[in-house]
Amino acid sequence: MAKSPLPADPMLPRRFRVVENTRETVDTYTFSIAAMDGVSEFSFAPGQFNMLYLFGYGEVPISICGDPAQPGLLVHTVRATGSVTQAFASLKAGDMIGVRGPFGSSWPVAAAEGGDVLIVAGGLGLAPLRSAIYRLLAREGRYRRIVILYGARSPDTILFAEELKRWRDQPGISCDITVDYADANWQGRVGVITQLIAQAEFDPQQVVALICGPEIMMRFSVAALKSLGVSDASIHVSLERSMKCALGHCGHCQFGPLFVCKDGPVLPYDQIATLLGVAEL
Amino acid sequence: MKTDAIAQIGESGVLARSDFAKLLSTLQDEGYAVVGPTIRGGAVVYAEIDDESELPIGWTDEQEAGTYRLKRSGVALFGYVAGAQSWKPNLFQPQRTLWTARGNADGFVIEAVAEDMPRQAFLGVRACELKAISIQDHVLADPANPESDYVARRQESFIVAVNCAKAGATCFCVSMDAGPGVEAGYDLALTELIDDVRHDFLVEIGSPRGASIAARLPLTTASGGDIDAAEAVVSETAAGMGRTLNTVGLKSLLQDNPDHAQWDDVAARCLSCGNCTFACPTCFCHSTEDVTTIDGEVAERQQRWDSCFSLDFSYIRGGAVRPGVASRYRQWMTHKLANWFDQFGESGCVGCGRCITWCPSGIDITAEAAAIRDSLRED
Repeated sequence: MAKSPLPADPMLPRRFRVVENTRETVDTYTFSIAAMDGVSEFSFAPGQFNMLYLFGYGEVPISICGDPAQPGLLVHTVRATGSVTQAFASLKAGDMIGVRGPFGSSWPVAAAEGGDVLIVAGGLGLAPLRSAIYRLLAREGRYRRIVILYGARSPDTILFAEELKRWRDQPGISCDITVDYADANWQGRVGVITQLIAQAEFDPQQVVALICGPEIMMRFSVAALKSLGVSDASIHVSLERSMKCALGHCGHCQFGPLFVCKDGPVLPYDQIATLLGVAEL
Repeated sequence: MKTDAIAQIGESGVLARSDFAKLLSTLQDEGYAVVGPTIRGGAVVYAEIDDESELPIGWTDEQEAGTYRLKRSGVALFGYVAGAQSWKPNLFQPQRTLWTARGNADGFVIEAVAEDMPRQAFLGVRACELKAISIQDHVLADPANPESDYVARRQESFIVAVNCAKAGATCFCVSMDAGPGVEAGYDLALTELIDDVRHDFLVEIGSPRGASIAARLPLTTASGGDIDAAEAVVSETAAGMGRTLNTVGLKSLLQDNPDHAQWDDVAARCLSCGNCTFACPTCFCHSTEDVTTIDGEVAERQQRWDSCFSLDFSYIRGGAVRPGVASRYRQWMTHKLANWFDQFGESGCVGCGRCITWCPSGIDITAEAAAIRDSLRED
């Protein structure tokens, strides 16, 4: 084997500093971080993820949900469910965090130019799509219509509520929200997100659909889009699998022949339609 | 006839059995730790050896599904088939520390763990094992995403290959086009030539490093008869393969039948112990875990081999993606024989038979593939 200089070890995290940590819902937090190794730029494409490390707790894959036009500030939204993610909840400004990334594929926002873009988000799935929404809004003139559909379990689990209101009021953009279970104050829609898909205004022949949410929600959303005549190749979903290295050699994220960490997480539906139909793949 | 001209890549010479120790001492003089076959715990394992007396001289093995036994036979140094474990642990460490983080008032600092790289000479690498190393290279030494420790160890390693003189009952390297003769990727390749009147080694030079070692050995010029004898050893071994795996259309056979009843059948026998993945020379899956000192001051990121047979392997919030044993066995076998082509352009199996021999319930990958194939045959 020929001898060659070893590249920088991709398993070594870079150190970042927490700028701000905001509680979004009862169990979900959004925190922004900035690099402290002098390299302020952290370029990423909407849909990519980082491996975030918390000293003494461990490392987890988390999608980037900030604005790609602000590469100096990395933003992630995390639901506190495991030992590492629960520790994210108590992060405060100045705390240190390790970052490896960015990794993976991205939403095809450039390829969607000229037609309609449909965002279908369920629950925490809005976070990986928010970076794409920022990019779409920044280049709004390049798209015919931008439609954002969001489904949450209940009104108190709605993420980015203020931003959703802003997007809804923005001309040229349509933004609809539904909840599975309403409370006494909820005046919006109640029901599953597929109902929103059926009523949304877009051209099934000229739309790119970006879907992220629980796998069951993505399955039904895909079925609803297909019944309207949207082609498999125009539908893109973001998958979640166990990940340890994010480099395509720990093997944990395998989904049939795909490594979700590097072939995904964003994948065109036509590439995975058969695989999604296999139980326990 | 002693010559000093046998030092070119592609050239062959003959080393007398009585001079074999000089191969070891020459490698040791060059600073290599010689890792070779030796007997421990009733099996041939690859471990660091000081001199040739530690080799399994006059031992062979009997392997079958779920069975491994050593027995006495002849005088050969390499008369056994395949060691219990491949060379994988010497290149891709079963467990290592990637880095250390130390807490301080500011947060933490991360220090890469700098290990002294062992300069290893692997003695007795079989064709299937050489192919397995090449397959792991394509995963772990990918220039875009290298496993840094693997790459460094690989670069430092000297390979003395050996052509197999005997096929085991669980061997099927011929089916996988991975043996029994070594073809490339070695520094030196040996064929043990034994008959009533001789015990020699044909030594083939495969690299500049191999040539420099060969130049210091008492080699005599190989005759046409020596080379013919070495070829006969390989062809006789090829004819004695214990098992076959029909690879025609195997990729789609597995990828197109994820719901086949055979997966449930094998799941009823599989203990999901992961032995096959740890014995496999190509299985590369690994995990990381952080180990923190009890005072919370130091956290180490450790990397260790993992197995797709564990429930934890596919765990995400909400539960394991593959809770059933059937889906875990399917993942392993389909990855090995089918998905590997999509990922790396080749099969992930070299036909060494270890997964068959070391399966505690004797599950046979060749039989499982055949069962699926046979069930779909139109009568």
